[in-house]
Amino acid sequence: MDIKKGDEILSSPFFIFFMIKFVRGKKGMRKISASEINELTYQLCIKANCSMSEDIKQGLDNALLHSVGRQKDILSILVENVELAEKTRVPICQDTGIVVVFLEIGQEVMVVDGYIEEAINGGVRRAYHDAYLRKSVVSDPIIRKNTDDNTPAMIHTRIVEGSSLRLIVMPKGSGGENMSGLWMFKPADGVNEIVNALLMHVRQFGAYSCPPLIIGVGIGGSFEVAPLLAKRALLRQIGKPHPEHHIAEIEHKLLEKINKLKIGPAGLGGSPTALSVNIETCATHIASLPVAMNLCCYANRHCEGMI
Amino acid sequence: MNSKKIHTPLDKETILHLKAGEHVYLSGDVYTLRDAAHKRLVGLYDSHHLVGKEREKKLDISGQIVYYTGLTPLLPHGCPGSAGPTTSARMDKYTPRLLDAGMVGMIGKGPRGLDTVRSIRDHQSVYFVTVGGAGAFLAQKVKKAEVIAFDDLGCEAVFRLSIEDFPLWVGVDSKGKTMWDTMLG
Repeated sequence: MDIKKGDEILSSPFFIFFMIKFVRGKKGMRKISASEINELTYQLCIKANCSMSEDIKQGLDNALLHSVGRQKDILSILVENVELAEKTRVPICQDTGIVVVFLEIGQEVMVVDGYIEEAINGGVRRAYHDAYLRKSVVSDPIIRKNTDDNTPAMIHTRIVEGSSLRLIVMPKGSGGENMSGLWMFKPADGVNEIVNALLMHVRQFGAYSCPPLIIGVGIGGSFEVAPLLAKRALLRQIGKPHPEHHIAEIEHKLLEKINKLKIGPAGLGGSPTALSVNIETCATHIASLPVAMNLCCYANRHCEGMI
Repeated sequence: MNSKKIHTPLDKETILHLKAGEHVYLSGDVYTLRDAAHKRLVGLYDSHHLVGKEREKKLDISGQIVYYTGLTPLLPHGCPGSAGPTTSARMDKYTPRLLDAGMVGMIGKGPRGLDTVRSIRDHQSVYFVTVGGAGAFLAQKVKKAEVIAFDDLGCEAVFRLSIEDFPLWVGVDSKGKTMWDTMLG
């Protein structure tokens, strides 16, 4: 066998070919610095906590228009609450949540000058300090010692096509999280079984989650995927139906039934109990039908940015 | 809302006249207390070697109203930016013990467990609810805030809050009637 020596390797056509590939490859990657990601996270954390998206404002205004008595009083307080928060830049809710981050990285992105998760946590740390947001995270679920800077964020990463980086920040309070659930249905169970189970759950737990609720539902996937789908469903504009007709029908049916429960704003009776039911779906196993429901308060705080 | 105005300390007669579902405005001093502080406080009350000591006197809950909340950090002017209620049912485990210790009222959000409702009835105390998710609005009603115990718990420390015209509904009254009974009936 012919074993090449060092200088022979350097001048070999194979080596030159690989070097060209390597350099080209690097040129093809877009560099994004960790400090940019840190700064974007910082901005998004503050914005998400102290302002509300237009679709939900519209939903609230619409509910207020159709309400009377105690419901009207409560909805007026919620509307005034959001106005105050935006005007004086204070958090909409004192539970400024654990920070859920949906991170989408283009496969042509290369993060430089730092580790991406540390950049995100750095942004969270600065935002929660500077904007007087509550530090609501404990480092160990049993010992329960506060980390005093609201880190770590719960980061869900997806590698996607392209050369941009998309960051969605969702501060999630425990009012809704604690009342959320997961069901492993059988394929023999139909839509009615699913709707009834979710309805019973909202009847029992809806009043605790700061209604009028925004409800995210995930159907399909495997055991761990359904809850993530449910959470992602909360990112869709309220009142915008799922593109698949048969899923949009379930959303509509569920919302109608939930609003007949009369849990009402702040859980003190009347209507509306929910502003929107958003469902996301995924392929699943022949033997499985996982369904998860993530309850969210009226504020459904989230916002996104791109680099 | 043209409602009854009440003031802390709440006397027995005022409490006995409150009816489930009624809207009131509360002014005066209340004490924040949530998960971690409940656990520690009940632990202190149950540890006999502390009885009679200065520490327990400082944390005497008798005659007081607690507010289930974890404030956002105090702003430079000394008040929190956001101060809404947290889910009361999480405190159900500790509530009968604190009612035994003399607590007269609670403020939070959402329904209470059956044992808590019974205990409220037996002690002729009261549970108020306010609007969950209205932290910025409710913080405007907080005129003063200071830490009085368990500083190390951060946002779960015990704060004394001076509140003014804090909007409340009577969730459970001294007869054990709940707002949710009246809603369904």
